[in-house]
Amino acid sequence: MGKGLTVLKILVCMKQVPQKDAPLKLNESGAWIREDVSYEVNEPDAFALEEALRQREKHKGEVAVITSGPARAQQVLREALAKGADRAIHLEDNAFVGLDALNTAKAFAAAIKDEKYDLIFTGLQSDDYGYAQTGVILADLLGWPHATIIMQIEKTDTGIRVKRELEAGYFQFVDMPLPAVLTIQSGINKLRYATLIGIKQAKNKPIRKVTLAEVQSAIGENLQKIERLYVPQKTKKTEHIEGPPAEIAKKLVDKLRNELRVL
Amino acid sequence: MPEAILVVVEQREGKLNRVSWETITAGQAIAAATGWTLEAAVAGANPATLASEVAAKKLAKVYAVQSPKLEPYTPDAFAAGLKQFIANKRPKLVLMPHTYQVRDFVPKLANSMGRAVISDCIGFKYESSKLVFTRQMFQGKFAADVSFNSDAPWFATFQNGSFRGDKAEDGASAAPVEAVSVEIADNLIRNKPQEVFKEAKQAVDLTQAEVIVAVGRGIKEQKNIEIAKQLADALGAELAASRPICDSGWLPMDRQVGSSGQTVAPKLYLALGISGAIQHMVGMKGSRAIIAVNKDAEAPIFEIADYAVVGNLFDIVPPLTEEVKKAKAGG
Ligand SMILES: Cc1cc2nc3c(=O)[nH]c(=O)nc-3n(C[C@H](O)[C@H](O)[C@H](O)COP(=O)(O)OP(=O)(O)OC[C@H]3O[C@@H](n4cnc5c(N)ncnc54)[C@H](O)[C@@H]3O)c2cc1C
Ligand SMILES: Nc1ncnc2c1ncn2[C@@H]1O[C@H](COP(=O)(O)O)[C@@H](O)[C@H]1O
Repeated sequence: MGKGLTVLKILVCMKQVPQKDAPLKLNESGAWIREDVSYEVNEPDAFALEEALRQREKHKGEVAVITSGPARAQQVLREALAKGADRAIHLEDNAFVGLDALNTAKAFAAAIKDEKYDLIFTGLQSDDYGYAQTGVILADLLGWPHATIIMQIEKTDTGIRVKRELEAGYFQFVDMPLPAVLTIQSGINKLRYATLIGIKQAKNKPIRKVTLAEVQSAIGENLQKIERLYVPQKTKKTEHIEGPPAEIAKKLVDKLRNELRVL
Repeated sequence: MPEAILVVVEQREGKLNRVSWETITAGQAIAAATGWTLEAAVAGANPATLASEVAAKKLAKVYAVQSPKLEPYTPDAFAAGLKQFIANKRPKLVLMPHTYQVRDFVPKLANSMGRAVISDCIGFKYESSKLVFTRQMFQGKFAADVSFNSDAPWFATFQNGSFRGDKAEDGASAAPVEAVSVEIADNLIRNKPQEVFKEAKQAVDLTQAEVIVAVGRGIKEQKNIEIAKQLADALGAELAASRPICDSGWLPMDRQVGSSGQTVAPKLYLALGISGAIQHMVGMKGSRAIIAVNKDAEAPIFEIADYAVVGNLFDIVPPLTEEVKKAKAGG
């Protein structure tokens, strides 16, 4: 690749996760949630898709999206296609839900082994597992360089220049060759909405299905095991202030004045 | 040889990242529970001085892992250098702080050794000879106990603030420091990092504020920020926000509280419509008092709130503002 590259082929990993406001309950195993909740796109993944679409608008090329999960996860791909992605890959099986970051990355690497991309985007972390690992592992499996928590991407003559977010308001530019994996931070851009035409066009765009059997030989046992899931213990004594709003206001002002002494 | 725990501390430009002390405290706690020995490592171009600083803590040994290629930081060099070192020393457990830098290289390091990382832990348990790590899932709505299902070395990272850095025990005498050179091939490093910089001069210094009114996505629309602003004005407080509010441009970046924003410790932090994601909480949990208003009784913010108001902020805040104004007018 390198010099003279005119088009970018980008793959975006997009995960379906329980909706932010969804009330979650444990299932019988006590190690996972009951899955009868509403789902949405993992937030940073939506920003990753938007960034891929913008890069394609600038440089031409192609945007593909990939997800692993049960049938319901197709919704994420449909939305991405409606927003402008060209095609989609669905690793479809319930079993994908329980994979750790290593196995998810291995399954993706196996599913795309015959394809060629210049860039792969993932979100910087998932809202359900929160491993913050899938993208970096995928890069390592492919033998590609990576950069994490990205807030800006420019194509250069030799590859790309990305802006990494560091802690506490610091940033850093990094120059790197292609192909590469980037993990995208929320807020890198402003999200677009799907248009009616987009939604219509999406119906004719291809979704390649990949079964568990097709990638089974690439994945192994999870190397980390969730023993149990539980509601976290409270560390602080919390006083609940209750009543109609006017009464809550009075009670709070009393606290502000007499206990917290900020009035 | 007894099993060893290795804490890899973090340095930037010759200064230890303070969270390193927290990871040492964590390591000391795990060592006490398991009876394993505890060692530490500092990696860099010239880590010797920092290694002797770390050696003041109660540790069996400190390694200064060095190569000129380790600076400036790149994930390629760190994964390769630490892999060499760890493969040679064969610790049972490797601990690191869950910093942006560690997130950037530790999954690669572990993968290159065929191992997994239990990331972003907040604690551990050692029950009937089994070590499990506690981490948050579903944005803090649940905690999970997670165990390793592989041979050693095991890798785990700890979230900021999970252990107290000032509780790291000093040793009776300085721990021995051993210098270890690692070889990193010339063509291995692909990324070329530029200087670290800060975006813009900060206009507000939230760290000095006595009272902070902070808004989260529960505020719903940009125009509703005004409701919070009126309360802040009445209280003489600074207005702050969770990240999505600043990402949307509803408030400037310098009003963001959390791991990628400012860390604050006011007398009072009033959180309106903020769920309490760990990245937000690390920036404000040092507040002397926290009042949280959230319509979801299960929101994680209530775990650290002193006063909890479960309700709709649009119902609660306007009368509160009026009541504050009245109280102020009344003297
Ligand atoms: C590497 C990294 C760094 C990050 N850095 C930061 C950081 O520095 N600061 C930060 O804040 N975040 C940061 N985040 C993002 C963080 O993970 C959360 O996504 C974010 O804090 C959520 O913001 P929120 O609480 O405003 O929104 P949400 O999580 O969407 O919560 C909104 C809350 O409002 C409540 N609500 C809704 N309507 C009402 C109503 N009418 N009345 C009352 N309550 C209502 C809901 O119940 C919900 O709890 C970071 C994430 C990552 C991965
Ligand atoms: N099942 C999945 N389907 C699609 N993308 C995923 C999946 N799991 C992880 N990813 C991607 O990897 C990123 C990081 O996830 P994690 O390592 O779980 O924090 C997410 O933001 C997604 O982009």
